[in-house]
Amino acid sequence: MIDAAALDRARRQLLAAGLGIGLGVAWRPAHALSDELAGALRAFTGGAATREGKVSFDIAPLVENGNTVPITVTVDHPMTAAQHVQAIAVFNEKNPQREVVACQLTPRAGRAVVSTRIRLATTQQLVAVAKLSDGSYWTHTVDVIVTLAACIE
Amino acid sequence: MARALIHLPAAARKGEVVEVRALIAHAMETGYRAGADGRILPRDIIRRFSCRYDGELVFSADLYPAVSANPYFAFFLTADGSGSLTFTWEGDNGFAQTETVTITVS
Amino acid sequence: MTARGAAWAFSWGLLASAGALAQGAADARRSGFDSMSPRIQAMQRDDQQNPGMLWVADGEALWTKVAGTSASCAHCHGDAGQTMRGVAARYPDWDKIDRRPVNLAQRINLCRTRHQQVPPLPPESAELLGLEAYVGHQSRGMPLTPSPAKELDAPREHGHRQWEQRIGQLNLSCALCHDQLPGRVLGGATIPQGHVNGYPTYRLEWQGLGSLQRRIRNCVIGVRAEPPAFHSDEMVELELYLTQRSAGLKVETPAVRP
Repeated sequence: MIDAAALDRARRQLLAAGLGIGLGVAWRPAHALSDELAGALRAFTGGAATREGKVSFDIAPLVENGNTVPITVTVDHPMTAAQHVQAIAVFNEKNPQREVVACQLTPRAGRAVVSTRIRLATTQQLVAVAKLSDGSYWTHTVDVIVTLAACIE
Repeated sequence: MARALIHLPAAARKGEVVEVRALIAHAMETGYRAGADGRILPRDIIRRFSCRYDGELVFSADLYPAVSANPYFAFFLTADGSGSLTFTWEGDNGFAQTETVTITVS
Repeated sequence: MTARGAAWAFSWGLLASAGALAQGAADARRSGFDSMSPRIQAMQRDDQQNPGMLWVADGEALWTKVAGTSASCAHCHGDAGQTMRGVAARYPDWDKIDRRPVNLAQRINLCRTRHQQVPPLPPESAELLGLEAYVGHQSRGMPLTPSPAKELDAPREHGHRQWEQRIGQLNLSCALCHDQLPGRVLGGATIPQGHVNGYPTYRLEWQGLGSLQRRIRNCVIGVRAEPPAFHSDEMVELELYLTQRSAGLKVETPAVRP
């Protein structure tokens, strides 16, 4: 015998959970980096401490196809001989390997902004890290939902 | 020779920061994908991209399999004098390609 | 203007406005471009970012390249920017010599075998796609305008019947998803209306440029049916119906799609 009321409650809970996930990306607090991801970040920084800030990571929260995801990483920092961004790198959580791309900049690269297109195997966390000329490292973490194409070859 | 398309402003003022866009045709085979016979296709990617302004390295990148096919980079340069920009891509199986573009600065 | 001339002008005017009214009133058709995210739309819109432009550049180089010992495309067709305007927009078209419909890729190969005396390019080969993309690109912004040749009516109707026919282990017809259910979500992807105004298209799933026939084969495999061969009669008949179905939508070649 089906309990209609229980079914109804379950349906409403599921709907609420679904809405929660839909709204989730913006406000959900970033969960801790996985061990592997933290390890890859440590390898990049040589063990130096990292701080959140200065870096913004422009990527769609929901991507239509994980094969080609446009990204732009911007570091809010001058680009002068005395003070500049030396490197910008991106790491991922769930692709077959953690590294995505690592860029090296010089003061002649007028602005610390890089755009490219990356592959994402599945819904996961990404970290963008910037190395400044003073030796400090700054990061920004994002969560991305990846949907897959329905009729593939 | 892979097709490469490079775009930057035709002319710039001295000191102006200009955007450069470079796109090259390359499958970027990850080395994680199985072919039709079920065997893993070997990795074949571009591993390094660099931009030199009159011979001096101004921007470079290390690419990994997570960079999409037909790699695209957009970055910025301070136009400090007319000269040549040399773009180099290097990768697996001896892939090496260079394109040179003139930058005109007034 | 003579009285007869005036009568003609009046009739055409009526027809044109009736057509415009009918279209304006009930045209719910939208290019696939409209349902993409802003970032992917930007990838298509900006020629400096559009990966399909790599193939257009290839095609441009091939256009003036002498094929073997014979002439290049440019030798007969001159500047493609002038002579190829609107051409792709009316394909598939009727080939009078072989007496069958052909799509643009087949037409390019017919030029090669008949006029350049070189072998045809394999379907979906980089060179053929390059030439198709380059020629298609010259129609960008123009409305898809199917060829009015009467001989195409019967093949087009065969294509229409294919569109409505359930096929494959999943027993689905194209019409079911793309006429009745566009906008709904299937396996995480939104079902598109299935218009063909951007081919050859850079499909993110392929990470490369491909023809409409490749896309059709994807769909057919998707419903677990045997895909028709490239450049087969079935394929061009379906293409004929699809271009009629998308008639009036602006050509976007090379489009970018998920």
